[in-house]
Amino acid sequence: MNKTWWKILGSVLVIYTAIAGLLLGVPHLAILNETIRNLYFHVPMWFAMIVLFSISVFYSVKSLSSKSEIDDIKAVESVNAGIVFGVLGLVTGAIWAKYTWGQFWSFDPKQNFAAISILLYFAYLILRNAIDEEQKRAKISAIYNIFAFPMMVVLLFVLPRLKDSLHPGNGGNPGFNSYDLDSRMRMVFYPACLGWILIGYWVYTIRFRLRSIETITNTPDYGEMKGVRDSFVTSENQSTTNENKQQHN
Amino acid sequence: MQLAKEVKYLIHKEVLLEWRSKYTINGVLLYVVSTIFTCYLSFVSLGDKLTWNALFWIIMLFASINGVSKSFLQETKGQQLYSYILASPAAVLISKTVYNTLLMLVLTTIALGFYTLVFDSFTPPDLVMYYIAVVLGSLSFSTVFTMVSAIASKAGNGGMLMAILSFPIIIPVLILLIKLAKNAVDGLPWENSYDEIAMLLVVNVLMVATSLLLFPYLWRD
Repeated sequence: MNKTWWKILGSVLVIYTAIAGLLLGVPHLAILNETIRNLYFHVPMWFAMIVLFSISVFYSVKSLSSKSEIDDIKAVESVNAGIVFGVLGLVTGAIWAKYTWGQFWSFDPKQNFAAISILLYFAYLILRNAIDEEQKRAKISAIYNIFAFPMMVVLLFVLPRLKDSLHPGNGGNPGFNSYDLDSRMRMVFYPACLGWILIGYWVYTIRFRLRSIETITNTPDYGEMKGVRDSFVTSENQSTTNENKQQHN
Repeated sequence: MQLAKEVKYLIHKEVLLEWRSKYTINGVLLYVVSTIFTCYLSFVSLGDKLTWNALFWIIMLFASINGVSKSFLQETKGQQLYSYILASPAAVLISKTVYNTLLMLVLTTIALGFYTLVFDSFTPPDLVMYYIAVVLGSLSFSTVFTMVSAIASKAGNGGMLMAILSFPIIIPVLILLIKLAKNAVDGLPWENSYDEIAMLLVVNVLMVATSLLLFPYLWRD
């Protein structure tokens, strides 16, 4: 994924959905009216969040067996990027709820459970801060991350179905597949999902690279980070670091 | 069969240790009774059956955090090393979970008795169903808190981490439990509660399975 085509694709898709989502025609439905356009901006946030958290669990599993620092950084940075999308999803949902349900936060089960699932990941970050020793931190936080992931799935996808919610797709309310998503909306909705997932992944890769540069500069004996370091530190910098290292020795 | 033998032996050890000191059970029992009594003194009477139900589960939540978190947080490094040498990690986790479930069962049964005694203005019409909810509650609290207390004890600063890490995980379970108990309080027919019971069992199986997979990594230092 070092190529640039998917970054361009993601940007183009997001710009397209921002313009087309606000300008193209949508079905006119009672209560929803123009707020139906929120579908293009609210739902993709959750898709991007789920993808990022899945990446995080994948690298947590990997770091348990490989004990590699890189995998640990990947896991935490994808959580960091995912939380941003989760909060954006909550905010866009709350703004939409203000105009359709009448309140920003009406203690709807879907809203509450989404907020709790974000709390899970804040707990994960706090757990990381509580441990100083790097390898121990990597191991314990990976375990908590894997332990919490099934609970997040239960919170977001199973529990709201058992309760009465006003959210589309729950409690007998029609979901976005049945009546409000006609072919015009599909033309914008699917690109929006793909675009935001790509942008989310891009944010994660940038954060990962920044974090690994910090880690390299903080550790004189960079050990296993050497591979990553070589991939984006130019030869010029490399020579200066080597000189520093020699002086250090 | 080796595993079953180890589990049996470890449970025996836990019960024996507890029986000798009687610290956890008596401590948590006193905690529950005094909490219920404090609630009684401040509420005097609960007119609403919804509040009755919610208050009971909140008291049980805090009591079980205190009770179950002892299992790993209280053990010294030496004790952990000793059982690490003697038994497989799966056996340690299963024995702790089973022991905590037994402990919670005793505790919640006594607490429920005392609770209905103190707040006698209201008792659930369907006591059998309510008791099923209590049993499932003991089971879920111990499966979740045992693993989280293991994580918190390895992370090194027990009390606060335990609360932060366990609350987001236990909230969905607690919501299901309160819903199930509310069905019993309302005296609904049993068919209405099967969904919640099945869901709680699924969540428990999920928690035990992930704990069993992850605990060996956590255990090995």
